[in-house]
Amino acid sequence: MSSNGAGPLLDVEGLVVRYPVPRGLVGGLLRRPRRSVLAVDDVSFAVERGELLALVGESGCGKTTTAQTVLRLVAATAGRVTFAGQDVTELSARRLRPLRRRMQIIYQDPYESLDPRLTVRAAVEEPLLIHHLGGSRAERRERVREALERVELTPPDLFLERYPHELSGGQRQRVAIAAGLVLEPELLVADEPVSMLDVSVRAGVLKLLDDLRDGGLGILMITHDLSTAARFADRIAVMYLGRIVEIGPAAEIIENPQHPYTRALLSVVPRRDPRDRTRPQILTGEAPDAARIPSGCRFHPRCPLAIEDCRTHDPELRRPGSARTAGHEAACILA
Amino acid sequence: MTDGLLRTEDLHVWFDLPRGGMLHAVQGVSLRLDPGERLGLVGESGCGKTTTALALMGLLPPSASVAGQVVLSGEDILAGAEETMRPHRWVDVAMVFQGAMNAFNPVKTVGSQIVEALELHGRATGRDARIRTGELLASVGIPKDRAERYPHEFSGGMRQRAAIAMALACEPSVLIADEPTTALDVMVQAQILELLDALCRDFGLALLLVTHDLPVVAQLCDRAAVMYAGELVEQGSVDELFHEPRHPYTRLLFAATADLHGNGLPVSIPGAPPRLDREIDGCPFQPRCDRAFSRCDHDRPLLREIAPAHAAACHLNDVAAEAAPR
Repeated sequence: MSSNGAGPLLDVEGLVVRYPVPRGLVGGLLRRPRRSVLAVDDVSFAVERGELLALVGESGCGKTTTAQTVLRLVAATAGRVTFAGQDVTELSARRLRPLRRRMQIIYQDPYESLDPRLTVRAAVEEPLLIHHLGGSRAERRERVREALERVELTPPDLFLERYPHELSGGQRQRVAIAAGLVLEPELLVADEPVSMLDVSVRAGVLKLLDDLRDGGLGILMITHDLSTAARFADRIAVMYLGRIVEIGPAAEIIENPQHPYTRALLSVVPRRDPRDRTRPQILTGEAPDAARIPSGCRFHPRCPLAIEDCRTHDPELRRPGSARTAGHEAACILA
Repeated sequence: MTDGLLRTEDLHVWFDLPRGGMLHAVQGVSLRLDPGERLGLVGESGCGKTTTALALMGLLPPSASVAGQVVLSGEDILAGAEETMRPHRWVDVAMVFQGAMNAFNPVKTVGSQIVEALELHGRATGRDARIRTGELLASVGIPKDRAERYPHEFSGGMRQRAAIAMALACEPSVLIADEPTTALDVMVQAQILELLDALCRDFGLALLLVTHDLPVVAQLCDRAAVMYAGELVEQGSVDELFHEPRHPYTRLLFAATADLHGNGLPVSIPGAPPRLDREIDGCPFQPRCDRAFSRCDHDRPLLREIAPAHAAACHLNDVAAEAAPR
């Protein structure tokens, strides 16, 4: 299999991640059955080169675990993650290392992800040193400058010797992205990349990701912000309790949602224009618990449309009757 | 300015900096909140919105100095410092904070802490206080029997509801909510916003919603005040602020906000807010403004009314007024 083959850059198939829940002393002594949390339950998706896929959902839906499993920061219980034609789930640590360089992650909090004692130059150079890349000292410096230019921290000389505390939040996140880009990855996982940033600088960081995507990078963006996903993603996958319940082209998911959960989620997103007063369809009931996944359709206890069959029938993703574009799938027997 | 229910008059707050010098965090803010009104106080981090809210509660840290007036029902409660603030704090003006993590002591049940608040303020004691606690929890949508639970047994949304219940213990007329939904998921956020909406409607509570989130303000509030670099740059109805902004910062802030069904990409505002530890000449937004002209770098614009109940601090409005036919 060629690493630059015709397949997608990232292919996730039937991914399952199960965490054991500690029983505690009493539970252990009483020999209570071991419980486990099914954080990710049979998730499949692909990310192409030059594509931004947004994985959206509420906290606890499994979106971050999915991303961590892609990078093998978390081990998959079952299923397969294929990156550029290579099965990531089965590789030894030694054979994984060269692949790690090609997939990078940026985190939510640029205040925590940068070492406060490292200058911008050192922070961006560090990944090159770890991976024994970049050649001579002079060559490494050149690559650091290039990375800073790509994230629009220009001129680089102005930033090279600064420390994180001398930078704004948006600038720090750009440094974190530069540290990821210096290795010239093919896949970038962005976990809530702008949620800690001020509104006035968010758009700039997102535009940067947008440009990198146009340059051929594949991006998996984890976000709870549907407005951001609507504007910047090519495709959106909506997760609920460890499953993708709906996936498709971003405009189609936003304008023509078919799963009742997606519809509810979209209805509660506050709009900018006060005249667009939405009629939010607020879901009641307890926040879902991945240790107690309901029978049948896992959304049925909170679903306003649930019918008897939904209690027993676990629906698979399929193309809904009123889908308007190819690649739109929803997991609902009524869709 | 008419009295309203709660207002500030030329409010200033300075913080002593550890290495000497002062940070002028709030620079002459005059706000008015009417009974039952919902006012959004919006701006980005460091603009002084939380400091303004804490000044209204008399909860600023010792490193802060305050000047100006905080007028509650005609009385300047800032005048006598803690002496005049204390009788009104939590009684007439109450506050909930982001995340509500720190609102509760982790080793006591949620109910016992609300009972304590009721007893401390002489609202009820013993059995009556416990009954009242049940009612308060019910009014924010928490079943009474949850009173015996500890804070960590509550989800984030439930904890925020409980914090609101505790803030309502003394039946205040003003609730200040500082980023009440920022750490919450969008569905839980919707539940909390619905609750705040219902509390204002049903009990005539006036709400000061402090947030960076313009869409939340657009959906929940009647009016909004936009802060930048410690001062108010525009205030008016949320409809006017979105459709006819009279300060470039307001316009650019909306343009920087992603919208579910909007066209095109949001646009960031270049640059960063000015430092507040030195005096600012001219308009504080001038270096980032896309419409700045010669006057803006040396002449500081004042907040002026440009239409009924709509004020902005921008020289462009003078230019527009001069150009308008008389």
